[in-house]
Formats: sequence, C-alpha cells, structure tokens
Amino acid sequence: MTTPALSLKNLCKSFGPAKIINDVTLDVAKGERHAIIGPNGAGKSTLFNLISGLYTPTSGTVSLNGTLISGVAPYEINRMGLSRSFQVSNIFSNMTVRENVRCGVLHSLGQGYSFWKSVTSSKEVQEKTWEVLEHCSLLDKANTPAALLPYADQRALEIAITIAGGAEVILLDEPTAGMSHSETDRAVELIRKSTEGKTLLIVEHDMGVIFDLADRISVLVYGEIIASAPPSEIRGDPKVREAYLGDEALPEETA
Amino acid sequence: METIVFALLNGVIYGLLLFMLSSGLTLIFSMMGVLNFAHASFYMLGAYFAYTIMGATSFWLALFIAPILVGLVGAVVERYGLRKVHANGHVAELLFTFGLAYLIEEIVKIVYGKTAVDYKIPSLLDFPAFTIYGASFPAYRMFMLFIAIGMLVGLWFLLKKTRAGLIIQAALTHPHMVGHLGHNVPLIFMTVFGIGCALAGLAGVIAGNIFVTDPAMAVLMGPIVFVVVVVGGIGSLEGAFLASILIGLLQNFAVGISASFADIFWFTGLSPTSEIGDITVSSLAPVLPFLLLVLMLIFRPRGLMGEQEL
Amino acid sequence: MSDVSQTHASLAPSSAQKFRQRFLPFLVFGAILLLIPMTDPSRTMYALMHQMAIYIVFALAYNMLLGKGGMLSFGHAVYFGFGGYLCMHAMNWIDDGGVWGAFPTFFLPVLGFVGGAVSAVVIGSFSTKRSGTTFAMISLGVAELIFAGAFMFDSLFGGEQGISGDRMNGPEVFGLSMGPQSDIYWFMAFWTILSVIAMYAFTRTPLGRLSEAVRDNPQRVEFIGYNPQRVRWLVFSISGGFAGLAGGMSAVNYEIFTPEALSLIPSGFVLIMAYVGGITYFAGPIMGAVLLTYMSSMMSDFTEAWLLYLGLMFVLIVMYAPRGIAGIVFGFWDGIRGANSAELLRKWSVQLLGCLLMLIGLIILVEVSVRWSNGWGEAFEPFGLHFTHADIVTWIAIFVPIVAGGYVLRLATREKEEMPA
Repeated sequence: MTTPALSLKNLCKSFGPAKIINDVTLDVAKGERHAIIGPNGAGKSTLFNLISGLYTPTSGTVSLNGTLISGVAPYEINRMGLSRSFQVSNIFSNMTVRENVRCGVLHSLGQGYSFWKSVTSSKEVQEKTWEVLEHCSLLDKANTPAALLPYADQRALEIAITIAGGAEVILLDEPTAGMSHSETDRAVELIRKSTEGKTLLIVEHDMGVIFDLADRISVLVYGEIIASAPPSEIRGDPKVREAYLGDEALPEETA
Repeated sequence: METIVFALLNGVIYGLLLFMLSSGLTLIFSMMGVLNFAHASFYMLGAYFAYTIMGATSFWLALFIAPILVGLVGAVVERYGLRKVHANGHVAELLFTFGLAYLIEEIVKIVYGKTAVDYKIPSLLDFPAFTIYGASFPAYRMFMLFIAIGMLVGLWFLLKKTRAGLIIQAALTHPHMVGHLGHNVPLIFMTVFGIGCALAGLAGVIAGNIFVTDPAMAVLMGPIVFVVVVVGGIGSLEGAFLASILIGLLQNFAVGISASFADIFWFTGLSPTSEIGDITVSSLAPVLPFLLLVLMLIFRPRGLMGEQEL
Repeated sequence: MSDVSQTHASLAPSSAQKFRQRFLPFLVFGAILLLIPMTDPSRTMYALMHQMAIYIVFALAYNMLLGKGGMLSFGHAVYFGFGGYLCMHAMNWIDDGGVWGAFPTFFLPVLGFVGGAVSAVVIGSFSTKRSGTTFAMISLGVAELIFAGAFMFDSLFGGEQGISGDRMNGPEVFGLSMGPQSDIYWFMAFWTILSVIAMYAFTRTPLGRLSEAVRDNPQRVEFIGYNPQRVRWLVFSISGGFAGLAGGMSAVNYEIFTPEALSLIPSGFVLIMAYVGGITYFAGPIMGAVLLTYMSSMMSDFTEAWLLYLGLMFVLIVMYAPRGIAGIVFGFWDGIRGANSAELLRKWSVQLLGCLLMLIGLIILVEVSVRWSNGWGEAFEPFGLHFTHADIVTWIAIFVPIVAGGYVLRLATREKEEMPA
C-alpha cells in the first residue's frame, strides 16, 4: 500500500452556520486522474481552496504524499509540489505571456527572492519557459500582453502557469468553462499531455470532458461525497442520477 | 479627583468627535472602497464655513447650514471627480483625494489667509456648566457632548430604522448586490459620500472654535482619524466607535499625567536627566494614537472589531 | 531541436532592440551628465541640479514601491531621513577623527543606503503585512509617529535646529575636495547614475519581476510558490535603502538635516513627483523629479500660489492622464510616428488650445485671488495688463477663456467618441 498523492480525511469547512464541506474523505493515488463533479454550489471550489491552502479547514486534515498540509500557507504547499489553477482566469495581466510563465517557473528552479542577478541570467529558466510555452501552444503569443489574449488562450495560460513549476499534483478548476467545442478539445488535449505521469484533480462541468479524461470520479453534493468510482460505475449509479436529475444529463455510453 | 472626571469627560467628547469623523470615513470606505484622504479637509471646511456663516448671521444657523454645505461640496466632489477616477482603481481614488486635500488646504489659505481665524464659542454657551473641587467645566463642552450623542443616535436611527439605512447596510456587506436590487448605486454612493462629508463638517463646526481654526487643522486631524479606522478594524462602525473613545480617553488621560519615564521606570535606574528618562507621559500624548497603531498591527493586525485580515 | 531554438531566439528581443531600449538611454543620460559642467553652470544652476539629482534617486526609489510594487506610501521620507541623519552623524564622526577619520565623505551615500534599508526592514516587518489602502494608512501613521518621536530625541535628531556638519573633512577621493559646487556635481553625477542603473537592473531581477506580479495579482503569486508579504517586505526594504541613499546625497549637499525632512511634506512631494512623472514608466519619476524641482525653484519666485498649481496639476493628472508626463510624451512620440499622425496632431492641437484657454482663465483667477487675499490691494499685472478683483473686466477675462476652453475640450472629446462609428 503506497501513500496516496493526496488524502483528505473527515474534512469539514463552515462559514458561520453554513456547512459548505461536510466530512469529506478522499484518497487520490499517485498518477491518478481524478475528477470531481457535482451541481452548482456543491462546494467544489471550496474543496479546492481547502486543499491548496487558501482556506483553513474547520476540522479534518489534508495530506500531500503523507505530509499534513492543512493550515499550511499556499506558497509552502506549492513548494511541496501541489499547484492549482483558478476558475476565473487569474493571470498577471500587465505582463507578457512569456513573463507570466517565467514567474511560474522561477521558484521551482531555485531563483528564490534573488535581486542580485538578472532574471535572464539563468539559462535553465529561459529554456523551461520556452518549453512550457511551446507545450501549451502559446509560443507565437509569447510577447503579447496577457490582458490582450483571447479567452481560450488566457485559459491555456492559466494552465501553463499552473504546470510551469513542475508540480507533481495538479488541481484544475473548471479549465474548459466558457469554451467552444473546438477550444475544449484543444484544452483537453493540453491537459492530458501536461499531466502525463502526474496526479490530477479536476473540477469540471463538461461531462464529456470528465468521462473522457478521468480514471475515477467523485460526486460532490451539498458538501458531501456521495459516490467515488471509475466512470463506468458512476454512470450507472442511481444516487448520482438522482442528484443530477434536472441539472445536467449524464452522457450515455458512446460506442 | 477633578482631573479624572475632567479627563473622562474630555476624553469621551474628543472620542465622540473622532467618531464623527471616523464613522463617515468608515461608511465611505466600506461601501465604495474609497479611502478618503481628504476627509479631515471636509472637517476643516466645516469650521471655516461655520466661521463665515456665524459672522453673517448666528452660530445656531451655522450649526445647521455649514454641515449641509460641506455635504454638498462632498457630493459634487464625488460626482465630478471621484467617479471619473473610479475606473482606475482604489489607489487612483486615494491619490485623487490626496490631491484634493492638498487643493482644499491651498484654497483655504488663499480665501481665509494662512493664520488662524477668530472663530469663537457663541456667547450664549460661554459660561461654566458646573464646578467641582474648585475647577469649572465649560458649558460649550457639554453642548459638544450633546451634539455628538445626538449625532450618534441619529446615525443609529438612520442605519437601523430607515429604508435608506437598510440599503446602506446591505451595500456595506454586498456592494455588488445592491445594484441588482434595482437601486441606483451611483446615487447611493454620492449620497453616502455627501453624508460622510457632512458629518466631518459637523465635527468641524463644533470643534473648530474650541481648538484652532487654521489651515493646518486638517493635517493635524487626518492621520489620527486614519489610526482610528485601522485600530477599530477596517470597515467596522462598531470598531471605529470603540477605537475613537479609546483614543480619546488615552490622549486626555495622558495629558494629565506629568510623571516622566524616570519616575515610572525608577526600578531600572533610569536617570531623570537622561534623554529617555526626561520624557513625560503628557508629552507622549500626541504620539499615543500612532504608538497604538503600531502595537495593534504587530499583535492584532485585524484591529479591534475587524472581520478578517485584509 | 535546433529549429525550435531558432524560433525562440527570434521571439526574444534582438540585441539591437536590447541596446536601443536598455543601454542607449543610459548612455545618453551619462553623456548629458558629462557635458553639463562644460557649459560652466552658475552656482544657482549647480544648486538646482544637485537638488534634481537627489530627487531623481528619491523618486525612483519611491516608484519602486508605488509603480512596481503597488504600495502607496505616504511616509517614504522617513527612510530618506534616516539615511540622511546617519550620514550627518557619520560626517561628524569623520570630523572627530579616529577610525572614522579614514572614511571619505564621497562614500557617505553607502551609509545612507544602509540607514534607510535597516529602518525599512524593521518598519516593513509589520507594515508590509498589508497592501493597498491599508498599507497607505499605516505608512502615514508610522511617519507621524517617527516625525513626532524625532523631537523627543535631540541627541539623534538635533531638535528644531537639526544636525549639521562639514563635508570637507575626511580623505579625498578622485581628487575631489568636496568643497566647491563643481566637486559636489561629480559626487551627485556618480551616485545618480549608479543608483539609476542599479534600480533599473533591479526591475529585471527575479525579485523585481515578482514585485510586479504581486502588484497585479498577489493571490496568484501565492500559488506559484512565493509569499507576497515577503516580496513586499524585500522590495520595501530595498526601496527604503535607495531613499536613504538619496538622503545621504542630500546630507552631503546641504550639510544639515532637520526633523522636517522626515515629515509628511517631503513624503507627499516625492509621491507627487513620481506620479506626475508617470509611475508606469521607469523614466517617469526621473521626468517628474526634474520638472517639479525646476518648477518649485522657478515658480515659487513668480507666484505665491505655486503649491495650489502643483496640487491642481496633480489632481488633473490623476483624473485625465494617469500615466503621467511620461505617458503623454511617449504617447505623443508613438502618435506622430503612427499611421494617422495628421489626424492625431489636429486633435491634440485642439485639445491643447482648450487647455491653454482654461489655463489662462484659471491663472488670472488664482493670481487675482492671491493678491486680494493678501489685502495689499495689489493688482495682477501680466504683460502690462491690469486686473483687480473689483473690476468687471477681470471677471470677464477669467470666465470667458474658461468657458471657451471647456467648450473646445468638449468638442474634442465628442469627436473622439464619434470617430469609431
């Protein structure tokens, strides 16, 4: 039995009287692509904020590779190898695309808070930056100010910054939200490529994407996980069907 | 004994005066996100307007008209200045009000001169209210106390009991929601800014004549009001109230204590002639609010009643 | 693979571009500094230039906070003052001889940097926990505390008289006795160019880039492995250091420091300089420092209302040109080289005309008011004209240009709105 990459135990989060996350226990194995689905307001983003350190749990624990990370500052969690993206594009809009990615690369390559050397002095940083840009098909837009990017490219940049630090555990919060079909296909391809051999936890509304990508799916309803199983089982689970009734239809098995 | 009673009374009066300023600042800040650097300038305008109106008519008329005038000036500033800058973010708004404070001071210097004007206490209130242990307490200060309490009750009534107050309270916690309710948010902002400025103006009217009405009065008051807002916890009216009273009492009690550091820390062997030993508590009074600010930031960064660390 | 690296190279700025953008301006700046003494400047000219040099360094240090770090400080003169005071004390220690006697006054700004940086490290340890408007309020409170506190410790700050010294003691370096203004000029030129280059280089370091990232989006910075509070603290400390260096330059130049140098007035002035110059450009604060220093020394001779004009200029820039003078200059430069330069030039001339008209009216209004307020019964008499406050002609001369200018400006904006249609 190896330690799971990510392990949530009896996780609870309340805001005043409102219990948003209620007793969530979940293990994500190393290298697994795990998706979280659930109706609006189920607490998916709150769960991400708890894992990534933005919120401190009311009770319960989060462990990354066996190390307790609940209550640890986000930047320290990031340094331990967990990186996340945001549902709303959260980029450095006054910088160029290249500079955005470079910021994401800096810490993982030991640049620290240094102010005695040029940011261009490290060949490693430059190469890694180009590599990530190329990987995310943003090379031709490298010198565009991030604020001027088209929406789909901003989302791609969001992912680029997230993976730039080379984290082993990646959390993606609705990476394809608001995209057209062809854009979604491109994004899924990017996600698949970027998380090769890594652990992925993804929140997504697009069921096509989920069933295409995920090894396992957890269903979060009213802050509780009601099912956690491979896609084929989730599809047939009556509890899940009930929870989703009138929300979004689960896609039928496609040949 | 009388020093304690007087320090208590004066402290509460000064505290309420601070609250008159800090309540407006807090309202404006929490609703609009605008830190009004020029807030104390409106306080100064209140005093000068009252001086002018009193010269032409009477103090009692000035008491009503001057705050309204200041409020109108505030509304105009919001409508034609602040609203333009709004798109550039909160720091731009803060810079705008910083420039405004500068402008108001210079204009006041031109219109009223660089030295203090002779803004007097109305003769009707120029008598001792009561005497204890041979020291008398001026009636005007009691009058200030009543006005301040009246303002407190009025503000409480406005916020808790009127429809406008409900909207303001809703806007305090959910600034974006109010727009969805179909209310004219720019108009609400303009009104709140105007009311906040009018409160500052009222403080100027009643305080300008017992302190000094000169072009430096804004610069003297401004930073202390900021301290009140941070110490109280940003965005909290209750916090602003507590901090106002606390700082009012602190300063007024400190003024009355003539002991020096050498007296207090005698056990350390501090010499009364040394530079540190020579400092008296009363000379520390003007610095105390800022000292409190620094201590607060180190030990309780969210302030007395602040919701969270910003 | 070689194919890929070629694309990368073509996307990175070319060396010609780099030279033009990163080195040429400094070469030109350096050349100007070298050429100025050849024009044999007068004493007042020297005094003015030295003041500019001090403010250039101070304003750039300030912009490290405001422009690059997003921290609006109302009390940055504190670090300028601490650096300066340390240098004044050092100047007196040099005078006393001993080990200090071997320290050349020329290098006092190094101590200034240390003084500014150390005080900024201490104060920044709690003030940079916050950002935005809260940070601004804290900076004001701390500045007030230190300014008021300075009067309690006369041995450190010298009370009302301040602390004075003599810069001519200590060993000579570079053959400069540090006595005459022309010697001080080289001292100023050396430290200005050094600081400008250092501060420019800072923007290109990892911390410099992170500082911009924290300014734009502190939350995201937390999720790429950096602590935004730590970034702010470090930037604040380095900025305090350069402010202290400017203080050291000032100490050597004036040979005196008073607690006034720590007060809110110089803090406000440096804020205005940096902002008016343009905080989004590296060169902006330099322009602001040069222009405002010049204006403050020239205009205060002409008009008593100079501070009012300054405030007015600041407010107008905040409202209508948030990118400052540098923004206007570079915008103009790009505009006349762009495709529809003729159209733009026409629009700008109209706007300029409107502004000038309003300015004329405003100047008459202010000047007449100032004279009226002094009560000397003086009239404002520009170019042989005669304006008194009681004269109806005066009020016509005030309001007609203002209204006409406003109308012209309105026309220009309306045209702009219709253009895309």
